[in-house]
Amino acid sequence: MSTITGVTAADETPTPTSGSPLGGDAAGTGRLGDRLFGGLATGAGGLVVALVTLIGLFLLWQAIPALAHNEASFLTSREWVVGGDHPRFGIVELLWTTVASSLIAMALAVPVGVGVALFITQYAPRWLSRPAASLVDLLAAVPSIVYGLWGVLTFRAAIRPVEDFLQSTLGWFPLFSKTGITGGTIFFIGIVLAIMVLPIVTALSREVFAQTPVAHKEGALALGATRWEMIRTAVLPFGRPGVISASMLALGRALGETIAVTFIVSTLSPGNPWSWSLFNGGETFASRIANNAAEFDSPQKTGAFIAAGLVLFVLTFVVNAVARIVIERRKAFTE
Amino acid sequence: MTTDTRVGSTSPGPVLPALGNPSRSRTIRDQLARVVMWLAFLVAVVPLVWILWTVVSHGAHLLMESQWWTNSQRGITSRRAGGGAVHAIQGTLIQAAVTAVIAVPIAVMTAIYLVEYGRGKFAKAVSFMVDILTGIPSIVAALFIYAVWVTTFGFQRVGFAVSLALVLLMIPVVVRSTEEMLKLVPNELREASYALGVPKWKTIAKVVLPTAFSGIVTGILLGLARVMGETAPLLILGPYTKSIATNLFSGYMPTLPTMINQDRTELGQAAAVERMWGAALTLILLILLLNIAGRLVARFGSVKK
Repeated sequence: MSTITGVTAADETPTPTSGSPLGGDAAGTGRLGDRLFGGLATGAGGLVVALVTLIGLFLLWQAIPALAHNEASFLTSREWVVGGDHPRFGIVELLWTTVASSLIAMALAVPVGVGVALFITQYAPRWLSRPAASLVDLLAAVPSIVYGLWGVLTFRAAIRPVEDFLQSTLGWFPLFSKTGITGGTIFFIGIVLAIMVLPIVTALSREVFAQTPVAHKEGALALGATRWEMIRTAVLPFGRPGVISASMLALGRALGETIAVTFIVSTLSPGNPWSWSLFNGGETFASRIANNAAEFDSPQKTGAFIAAGLVLFVLTFVVNAVARIVIERRKAFTE
Repeated sequence: MTTDTRVGSTSPGPVLPALGNPSRSRTIRDQLARVVMWLAFLVAVVPLVWILWTVVSHGAHLLMESQWWTNSQRGITSRRAGGGAVHAIQGTLIQAAVTAVIAVPIAVMTAIYLVEYGRGKFAKAVSFMVDILTGIPSIVAALFIYAVWVTTFGFQRVGFAVSLALVLLMIPVVVRSTEEMLKLVPNELREASYALGVPKWKTIAKVVLPTAFSGIVTGILLGLARVMGETAPLLILGPYTKSIATNLFSGYMPTLPTMINQDRTELGQAAAVERMWGAALTLILLILLLNIAGRLVARFGSVKK
C-alpha cells in the first residue's frame, strides 16, 4: 500500500529528534514553487549550520591576535592585564571558579532534580502531578537577573551560617578552608546555579521516566518489589541516559550563566594568594566578560575577552555534544 | 500513561499469604524513598515561592503608582525615588518584537526543512547544530555579534545588535518546538493533499502549517519569554539610558534587565533597591504573561489528532 510519497502511513512513528515522517523529495513536483520553497527551507537549515560555524570562526579569528601578544601563558597564568603594551592574561582562575561552581550546582541539582522527576511521575497523586510539573517549570521562567538580585539581597544571608558552619567544622580540608570572603563565594554561586538549572534536569528526566515501559514496572511489582525497588530496577535503569543528557545540558547552562553570577561574585584583587577553598571569591568566564564590557575599547582588550569567551564556547560545545551523543545512543538502543 | 502501580507494595493481599509481606527493612526503605521524593519536591518549591514572594513584596507598591507606567527615569539619580519604567518596557518590547520578526521565519523554515525535507547527513548536521545553538551561553552569542557588528563592521552598540544576538538564542527554541508540532500533523492530511495533486510546497503552506499553527505560536511565545529575560547580550551590546529611546539603529536603548543592572553598584541605596525590585517584578510579569498566553494558545487550538 505505498502512497505517492513511497512511504505508508504505517511506517512512520514520529520520534523526538530525527527521522522525519514523510519520504519527502518524491512528493515535490519539480515546479518553480516547490523548488523555491524547498530551497528556502534548506537555506534556513544551512544558515543555522553556518551561524554556529561562524561563531566559532569569528571568536577564534579575533582571539588569535590578542593571544599572540599575550606575554603570559594563556592556560596557566592567573594574571589579567589586558591593556597596554605588555598584556598578560591567563584563564586558570576563571576556569577553576567556573568549573567548581558548576560542579557544585550539578552535585545539588541532579539528585534533587531526579527526585522531583520521580516524585512527579511515580509518587505524586494524580491531581498533583501536573501542577507540580508546571510549578517546577515556573522556576525556568524567572529571568536570571532576578536570581542574581534575590541571591545577593536575600538568599546570601541565609547561606552564610551554612558556610560558617562548614568552614569551622571542615576547615582542615583545603576545599573548605577559611577565607575572609563575606560576599558571594564559589559555594554560594554553586547553590544559586543549582536552583537555576533544576527545572532543566527535572523536565528532561521527567520525560524519560514517564516513558518507562509499563510492562517493566508491572513486571517488577509482580515479582514482589516494593515501589522503591521497582523504581530502582525498572525506572532508573531505563531513564539513566536521559538523566545523563539532562545533567549535561544543565551543566552547559551552569557553565555559561552570566548575569546571576555577575551579581553575586566577589571579584578578587590582583595578586591575591591562590586558594582551593570553595569559600573563596573569584570570577567565572561569563562574569569576567560581563563585568568588563565597558572596557571593550581596543582590539587587544576585546580580543582577550573574546579569547575567554572562546574557551567558554568550547567548554559548552563539548558538554552539549556529549549530551547529544548520549541521547543518540539511547535512541539507537531502544529502536 | 500512569497506571496504578500500588498493587505489590501497599496491598499485600491476604489472598496469597504464601508470598508474605516485604521484610521490615525493605518496607522501611520503601517508605524512606517516598519521604525523600516528597522532600525533593518541597525543596524545589521553596526557592520558587521565596523568590516570587520577595519580588512581589518589595516591588508591588512601585507598580501600583501610575507614574511607573507613564514616566521614564530621566533626570532621576540612583539615590532618589520616583520615575517610571516605561522607557525600559518599551525598549524590551521593541527589541523582542524585532528579534521575533527575524528569528521566526528562519526558525520555522529550518523546522520545515528538518521535518518535511531533511534527509541524510546534512539534516543530521542541521539538527546537531540546532542542539549546539541551544546550549550556547548568551554571553558567547553576544561576543560573537560584538565581533561582527562592532569590531568587524565598525558599527555602534545599538538596540538592533542586541536583537541580532537574541535571534541566535531564540532560533533553537522555536525550531525545536515547531519541529515537534509539525511531527504531530497526521500524515494522512499530507497524503490527501498530494492525492488531489497539490504540490508539496502548497501542501506545507496550506495544510501542514495551518494545522500546526497554534503549537507554533506557543513555541514562539515561549521562545520570546526566554529571550526577554536575557541580560548578557544587553550588557555587551545595549548600554542603558534613563530616557525614552526607541531608535534601534542609533543611541543607547534602555531595557528592563539593564534597568535592574544599572543600580547593581548602589545596593546600599534604598531607593535604588526598590527600583530594582520594581523592574524585576515588571519583567517577571511580562514573561509570565507571554507564558500564559502561550499555554492558552496551546490549550485552545492544539493539533487535532
